[in-house]
Amino acid sequence: MAFKIVASQCTTCGACEFECPSAAIRFKGEVYIIDPAKCTECEGAFETQQCAAVCPVPKTCIKAAA
Amino acid sequence: MNQPMISLESLFQPIDVDALEKAATSGGCASSSCGSSAKPADMAADVWDRIKDHPCYSEEAHHYFARMHVAVAPACNIQCNYCNRKYDCANESRPGVVSEKLTPDQAMRKVVTVANEVPQLSVLGIAGPGDACYDWTKSKSTFDAISQQIPDIKLCISTNGLALPDRVDDLARMNVDHVTITINMVDPEIGAQIYPWIYYNKRRYEGIEAARILHERQMLGLEMLTARGILTKINSVMIPGINDQHLLEVNKWVKERGAFLHNVMPLISDPAHGTHFGLTGQRGPTPMELKELQDALEGGAKLMRHCRQCRADAVGLLGEDRGQEFTLDQLPETITYDPSKREAYREIVARERGDHVAAKEAAVATVKETAADAKLLVAVATQGGGRVNQHFGHAKEFQVYEAGPKGITFVGHRKVEAQYCEGGWGEDATLDTVIAALEGVQVVLCAKIGECPKDLLTAAGIRATDDWGFEYIETAIGELYLREFGVETTAAVA
Repeated sequence: MAFKIVASQCTTCGACEFECPSAAIRFKGEVYIIDPAKCTECEGAFETQQCAAVCPVPKTCIKAAA
Repeated sequence: MNQPMISLESLFQPIDVDALEKAATSGGCASSSCGSSAKPADMAADVWDRIKDHPCYSEEAHHYFARMHVAVAPACNIQCNYCNRKYDCANESRPGVVSEKLTPDQAMRKVVTVANEVPQLSVLGIAGPGDACYDWTKSKSTFDAISQQIPDIKLCISTNGLALPDRVDDLARMNVDHVTITINMVDPEIGAQIYPWIYYNKRRYEGIEAARILHERQMLGLEMLTARGILTKINSVMIPGINDQHLLEVNKWVKERGAFLHNVMPLISDPAHGTHFGLTGQRGPTPMELKELQDALEGGAKLMRHCRQCRADAVGLLGEDRGQEFTLDQLPETITYDPSKREAYREIVARERGDHVAAKEAAVATVKETAADAKLLVAVATQGGGRVNQHFGHAKEFQVYEAGPKGITFVGHRKVEAQYCEGGWGEDATLDTVIAALEGVQVVLCAKIGECPKDLLTAAGIRATDDWGFEYIETAIGELYLREFGVETTAAVA
C-alpha cells in the first residue's frame, strides 16, 4: 500500500517532499521518488494523501499498483 | 546640461568602471549643482530612501538599477488559471518561467557572480516559480546566506499571500523591505474563476471556499506588513471579462490597507503555454484597454506602469534580461564578492540622476507652459540611463510617455516580438508587428532610424524621428511637444 510519482509528469517542485508526514519522499538523481516501505498513504494522519493534495499536476501522485 | 555626462557605451553592459569614473570627473556639467535629489515632492524622505534604488518600486530608479531573481522556491500552494507549472523555455519571458531551479548555495554563487559583473544590481528577489512564503525554508536560507555576503543588497519577495501571515515576523526580522502580493480579486465569486484550488492547513480547497480563504489571508498578510512598515506592491493580472472592472474595487481595498504600489499587468494567455486560460481561449487585454483601466485607477493606490512581467530568473535592467550569461554551468565553483564596481556605479548614478531630474522638471514645465489641450503619445527607444539612446531597429521594447496638460507621464511599455533589424536585415513583415505594437502612438523617438522604416511608419500614421538622439527622454518629449503645439512666438524663442 503506497503512492508513487509519475516521473514524466512531475515538475520537481518538491512540495510533496516537505508535506509528506512519513518522510517517504526524496529527490534522487533528477526525480522525486516515494519509498513504498515508508509511505502510509497518510492513513490515520490525514483525510487525503498530502502529496496528491499539493501536487500541481493532476494524476501525478497516484496509488501504486499492488 | 543635457549633454551626456557619461558616455552611451558606459550604459551598455558590462560597464567599464574606469571609464565611468573618468567620465564622471571630467567636467561637463557641474553635476552636483544640477540638483542633488531625484525625490518626488509628494513623497516622504524615508520612503524615498527605501525605494530610490529599487527598479520595480520607483519608475525613476528603473532607468539606473537592475534586479535579479533566483528561482530557489519552486513549491506552490495554489493553482492559478494563468499558470502552467510544467512549462519552461529560455526564450519565454513571463512570470513564473525559469530554465533552471537553484539550490540556496547555487543561488548564492550566482548572485555574487552577478554582483561582481553587473554594477547596476541593487535588488535580489525570489519571484517564483512557486511561492516564496510557502517554500519558506529555501527562501530563508537563500536570503540569509546572501545578505551575509552582500549586506547592502535589497531583499524582495513575491507571494500569492496564502502563507504570508505565517512569515511576516521572519520577513521583518530579516530586513526584507519589499513584498509583492498578487491579488486578483476581493470577491470570492470572481476568485473562483481564477483559482481552481488552494492547499491550506493540510488539505485542498476548491471553488468559492478556496477563493474566500485566499482572499482573507491576502488581506491579513497585507495588513500585517503595513503594521510593520514593510513596503508592499500589489500585482493584479487583468483578465478581460473576469476581473477587469473589479480591479477598481481591488485598488480601493489595497489602498485602504496601506499598499504602497498597485501594478496591473495584462493576462498572458498564449495557448502554446498550456495554461487553463490559454487553452479555453480567455484573451488578454490590448495595450489600450490596459491603459484605460490604469487611467481609471489613477487617484487610488499609486500605480506602477513600468512592469515588464519579467522571468522568474531575470537578471539586469527591467527592459533587458541577461539571465543567459549567468546560467549554472557558467558560474565559478567558488567566488568572493567584490563591491568595487557597484560602489563606483552608485556614485556616478547619484550625480547623473540629479542632472536628469533637473532636465525632467524643465521639460515638464515646457509642456505645461505650452498650454495646449492636446495629448501626445510618444514611444521611446532607450537602453537605460533615461535617454533616447537606442536604434529603432534594435529596440526590443518601446517606453511610452504621454505629454499633455498634466506634463509628461510614463504610461507603460510596448514589447516588440522580433526586432526590425534582427540579423542586420530590415524585414517588412517584422515592421508590421512593430506597427501593431505601437497602436495609438503618434511619434517614435529613437537614436537612429533608416529612411525606409521611417517612410513605412509614416504611411501607418506614426512619425519617427532621431532628432533627439541621446537626449534625456523628457527633454526630447518637451521639445517635441513644443514643436507640435507651441505657438509660433514661443517656438521662435526656443
